[in-house]
Amino acid sequence: MTRNASTGIAYEEDLLFEHSRPGRVGFALPARDVPEVDAGALLGADAVRDDLPGLPELSEVDVVRHFTRMSTWNAAVDLALYPLGSCTMKYNPKINERMARLPGFAAAHPLADPARCQGLLELMVRLEEGLCEVSGMDHVSLQPAAGAQGELAGVMMIRALHEARGERRRVVLVPDSAHGTNPASAALNGFDVVSVPSGDDGILHPEAVEAVMTDEVAALMVTNPNTLGLFERHIGAICEIVHARGGLVYLDGANLNALLGVARPGDMGVDVMHFNLHKTFSTPHGGGGPGSGPVGIKAALAPHLPVPVVRRDDDGSYRLDSDLPGSIGRLHGSHGNAGMLVRAFTYLRSLGAEGIRRCGEMAVLNANYLRVRLSDHYHVPYDGMVMHECVFSDKHLADTGVTTMDVAKRLIDHGYHPPTIYFPLIVPGALMIEPTESESLEGLDRFADTLIEIAQEARDDPETVRSAPHRTRHRRLDETRAARKPVLRWQPDPAS
Amino acid sequence: MRYVPHTEADIQQMLEAIGCERVEDLFDAIPEKLRLTGPLALPAGLSEQEVEAELGALAERNDHAQGMPWFLGAGTYAHHIPSAVDAIASRSEFTTAYTPYQAEISQGTLQAIFEWQTMTAGLVGLDVSNASMYDGASATAEAAMMALRITRRSKVAVTEGLHPHYRQVLETYLGGLGTPVVTVPRGPDGCTVDPTPYLDDDVACLVVQQPAFLGSVERLADAADKAHAAGALLVTSVTEALSLGLLRAPGDQGADIVCGEAQSLGVPMGFGGPHLGFLACHTRHVRQMPGRLVGQTADAEGRRGFVLTLSTREQHIRRERATSNICTNQGLCLLMATIYLALLGRRGLAALAQRNLEKAEYAKSRVRETAGLTLPLSAPTFNEFVVGVEGSAADALARARDAGITGGLDLATHAPEVGPAVLVCTTELCRREDIDALVAALAGGAR
Repeated sequence: MTRNASTGIAYEEDLLFEHSRPGRVGFALPARDVPEVDAGALLGADAVRDDLPGLPELSEVDVVRHFTRMSTWNAAVDLALYPLGSCTMKYNPKINERMARLPGFAAAHPLADPARCQGLLELMVRLEEGLCEVSGMDHVSLQPAAGAQGELAGVMMIRALHEARGERRRVVLVPDSAHGTNPASAALNGFDVVSVPSGDDGILHPEAVEAVMTDEVAALMVTNPNTLGLFERHIGAICEIVHARGGLVYLDGANLNALLGVARPGDMGVDVMHFNLHKTFSTPHGGGGPGSGPVGIKAALAPHLPVPVVRRDDDGSYRLDSDLPGSIGRLHGSHGNAGMLVRAFTYLRSLGAEGIRRCGEMAVLNANYLRVRLSDHYHVPYDGMVMHECVFSDKHLADTGVTTMDVAKRLIDHGYHPPTIYFPLIVPGALMIEPTESESLEGLDRFADTLIEIAQEARDDPETVRSAPHRTRHRRLDETRAARKPVLRWQPDPAS
Repeated sequence: MRYVPHTEADIQQMLEAIGCERVEDLFDAIPEKLRLTGPLALPAGLSEQEVEAELGALAERNDHAQGMPWFLGAGTYAHHIPSAVDAIASRSEFTTAYTPYQAEISQGTLQAIFEWQTMTAGLVGLDVSNASMYDGASATAEAAMMALRITRRSKVAVTEGLHPHYRQVLETYLGGLGTPVVTVPRGPDGCTVDPTPYLDDDVACLVVQQPAFLGSVERLADAADKAHAAGALLVTSVTEALSLGLLRAPGDQGADIVCGEAQSLGVPMGFGGPHLGFLACHTRHVRQMPGRLVGQTADAEGRRGFVLTLSTREQHIRRERATSNICTNQGLCLLMATIYLALLGRRGLAALAQRNLEKAEYAKSRVRETAGLTLPLSAPTFNEFVVGVEGSAADALARARDAGITGGLDLATHAPEVGPAVLVCTTELCRREDIDALVAALAGGAR
């Protein structure tokens, strides 16, 4: 087997604070060109601090080496396949980064005169239009800073629409395969959450929705394709059931990558959805963000969009409009994660209509190829064609004592970031693999070979798998200990 | 398509393995009538060269702080960012990783977060900081909701000095819960009045921005005493994190939760985002805290390492009973701020904060001696303050722009009661001659 990773030098690196030496500094101020002042005299001695004892004292060399060494301890898309299911860890084009750093974007101010930010406002309107075309929705707000905030905005608009119709509905339906943010966002907005069971085939069935659909239901939140990688083929009938009782349908767009250029949520009966620009539109995941979670809506919800709304006037100029009496209000201190919007717009312009569709098709091709390569070696809880990701479980390994966690940790030894594990919750011991369109055939083969080898190893030498990882700088880390006695900051050693 | 590696031969081989004839067959699960029949109405894709030309033209149509003297702050601040910040934060190993669920191969991200948590907790004077929120506004809303959970009370009191956009976001977040928001007004000097009459038994917390939106340095210790006497928590929201290098830590003055925006610490203004919300609290309240936390632990051989911890508060475990719905946060901005704080360190941050104060005091001294300009608020300030002008603030700012200067924020919308006025911010980037030119331009109408 061709190996994906080999051994190398892994540098040790203490915490910043342990490097600190009194008197060192990694920064210089320009010569002072204004008079010195006495802060204590101006502000009151009580209002001014004496010292910043929590901060280290380091040179620029110390700092650069520190973080560069630490960077080598991370797995990353630019190093290898990162098949984290539902996270769409696709390649992040470098041109996106260069464009976001242009001073006209990076050093622009959100409260500057809109007449002097026309380039940014135009970019936002054109990105909104592009997202509308990709999704089939009528309007988009770019304000939400991440998918979960997009969900919150969507649920708030749904509530506002019901209230405008004189209704106070209290329930939001969420399938049992949904991301945890769905019920959390609904609850944050004061709704009671009712779970809807998936069918034996892993998808939602109209009867299951019918059974819990009442006049109290404000919305159904559905993920399509769902977290099993399956297209919710009854989405049309389900939307009709919800609509017939006056409810709305929310679509979690986390898995939109599978549909790019092939199908559109807006054509399926969906009323509200969010996008994850850090997934589908290639903005980097940044070790946990920043993301960007624009929310798309059908026209009926337009009076309730978050403010400000960016408008294009007839003369081709752009402005910010906060005069929207039915608005749910403001969600972000400024205009959302604008830097991520620049990157996503760059991606959209690079791809074009053809490129967009190519991404969706190849993402689905890759997921199905892996499914076929692995289905004789890993348990497949839900059979059949998948969309952007495929889900396996550790059921076939039960007699070896090897679990999904062990397989995940053993993958690390081979230079791969593990898939999403133990999610969706309806599959015990789930391994959720999303290769994305970025991976080549030979790369997928190498990854599949590795997983097959681990399945064999689980039978031949289970202890090696159970005690993985072996080749990393750290062995398996004790999460239980971290939670039992939390150490959440560095403290000087009292003995020294 | 340069980002997709598949050749036609690859595609054929893969389709054969799957048992499909055509790529379209992969989508059989999607009912025919839901499938697109033609291409999306989007323009054709572009080469890098073409993208650069198009985006470059859009970028040129925005005023920005690298092109002119810049006195506009109001929650987003123009500071110098050391070269090492972007050089390190651009590394792919940081940018193209995700949330560090798999600790053994995410130690770079995890250790940086642990260092951020340590430095932030020290800066604000509390025990625990989380691993970031979206921005200062949502961090403040989350802090208020956290106080509601801790105290099991039903109302929130907010000073008039809270950034108006933060106030709006707070109301958006609280709207779903039906929580009333009470306003504690600003006194004539610019500081908040005695809050006691506004703090009844239902108030969960008093939210005080420090320094206030109009620049005034609030009497935090007093506010903490009054809030605590009423059984409420003191939440301190900070929009200009550099002020923490000079002002006494809010936690040391009695704040129970400190939150806000750390964009000033090495994160570009970027038209308002992505920025860096933060939130810190006492150990006793940590189970009610929103967002991710990193904790120290050991591996199977006893070596120190870091993991995500206390995640039973979070949505992926607790679902509708989570402390917040936040999942993806502002990880990379947190890294930038961690690098920034490491570079400036104990001495640099204090010196830079002092320099910002000196620039503002110089500017205020010039305003005092200039006919037609006033300082309507008497409270002490850090790097931002209100300048009263004659005529209209819009005209004064237009004169500044004619002189090639972005002069500040017109307060006609946000604080009309102070009269025609401009909120001016002076950071280390503002040179003496820029300040002189601004003062002259703002006063221009009086000549």
